[in-house]
Amino acid sequence: MGDSESGLPIRLRQVAAAPGGVPVLSGIDLVLEAGGRTVLLGPNGAGKSTLLRVLHGLILPSAGLITWGPHARRPGGQAMVFQRPVMLRRSAFANIRYALDLAGIRGREADTRIAEALDEVGLRALAARSARVLSGGEQQKLAFARVWALRPEIVFLDEPTASLDPAAARSVEKIIIDIHARGTTIVMTTHNLVQAKRLADDIIFLHAGRLTERTPAPEFFAQPRSVDAAAFLEGERL
Amino acid sequence: MNTITESLSLAVALVARFDPHLVDIVTLSLRVSLTATALAAVIGLPLGAAIAVGRFPGRPPLIVVLNAMMGLPPVVVGLLVYLLLSRAGPLGSFGLLFTPSAMVIAQTILITPIIAALTRQIVADAWAEYREQLTSLGAGTGRAAMTLLWDTRFSLATVLLAGFGRAIAEVGAVMIVGGNIEGVTRVMTTTIALETSKGDLPLALGLGLVLIAIVLLLNAGAQVTRGWAKARFG
Repeated sequence: MGDSESGLPIRLRQVAAAPGGVPVLSGIDLVLEAGGRTVLLGPNGAGKSTLLRVLHGLILPSAGLITWGPHARRPGGQAMVFQRPVMLRRSAFANIRYALDLAGIRGREADTRIAEALDEVGLRALAARSARVLSGGEQQKLAFARVWALRPEIVFLDEPTASLDPAAARSVEKIIIDIHARGTTIVMTTHNLVQAKRLADDIIFLHAGRLTERTPAPEFFAQPRSVDAAAFLEGERL
Repeated sequence: MNTITESLSLAVALVARFDPHLVDIVTLSLRVSLTATALAAVIGLPLGAAIAVGRFPGRPPLIVVLNAMMGLPPVVVGLLVYLLLSRAGPLGSFGLLFTPSAMVIAQTILITPIIAALTRQIVADAWAEYREQLTSLGAGTGRAAMTLLWDTRFSLATVLLAGFGRAIAEVGAVMIVGGNIEGVTRVMTTTIALETSKGDLPLALGLGLVLIAIVLLLNAGAQVTRGWAKARFG
């Protein structure tokens, strides 16, 4: 994982974020512990993706404080999968090797991890194929293979199945469950409430840039605490 | 009309029989311009990538200056290099004036901004697409710049061709710093200018045909390579 000390828990105190000068998040207090599967829910523009990027260190808070374990700057041991996977213009195998090289994992260890990761997502036969000519679903699976090979302690998923057909989406969900089963903490956003029910241990609900509630998933879907979340579940806020 | 037809057939004959004089001139032209392109690539590619990916004070005006320098007039570059390399100039002691080396220097100065500016634009576009992913993976600025240079290599090949095309087709700078000395610094463009002024059209036309053929071949090669790369790498 790169760092000897864990980057968990992640603590946010009164965090605000204004990417590009536009205020998106404000007053976020949050602690993410190791081990869970947390799903960020909320209507469009609520700030889910921005919060994910703040947690991953891609966006710096405009106010407040964020720490990763004892670290003030994002440590190693993290990975992120984006809604639209970004692949380098090289083979599927080389894309994973590049990520491992950046993490300081090379040689036989890297080769073993790559083979294992491609097996996990069912892309072994396409290892030599250029990543950018793979289908959207295959590219997303390759993005997960990259995560699998990196073995991060936490992974952030930004609507990872939004652009996939139902079969590919279920296949990706299985990979998410497998990654979690290996001890990786999962934090993801989704608009798919059924998927959130299937995957979430707990739900963080955002509305208009504010965290309105954090509730265990069964409880959230049975009886959300906030008026905004209740309206969202009833389809009144999309 | 007869003169043109006659000159053209003589020119074709010169090219077809690989006239030694013509071959010498073409060889020197290619040597000078390819060397200049290689040097400009070594400077311009990393410079363009660094400006695309880096964030530092003065970056926006630097981009404006770089883009403006794409239109550097060759005669002005020639004049500046002449002043630098002339006996009284700061680099006069190297004795480079009126040598192919001086021509390489002038052409390198002329095309480095072209290669750097176009590289910056291509890498900046790629950076907009890759930035979050590369940052997520932990790539620092230097590593990201190198990765983007490699990933945009097929587009950058076209940039190098544009630089080479500018170098081999320019006449003003190499005329001033090379002196158009027969057998030493006489290249295709300076020969065409000289022979045309003398009324000796066959050699000028022959070199013109070769020049156009070189540019066409290189661009056809680039086109085929880009098509293949698109299908192979996406």
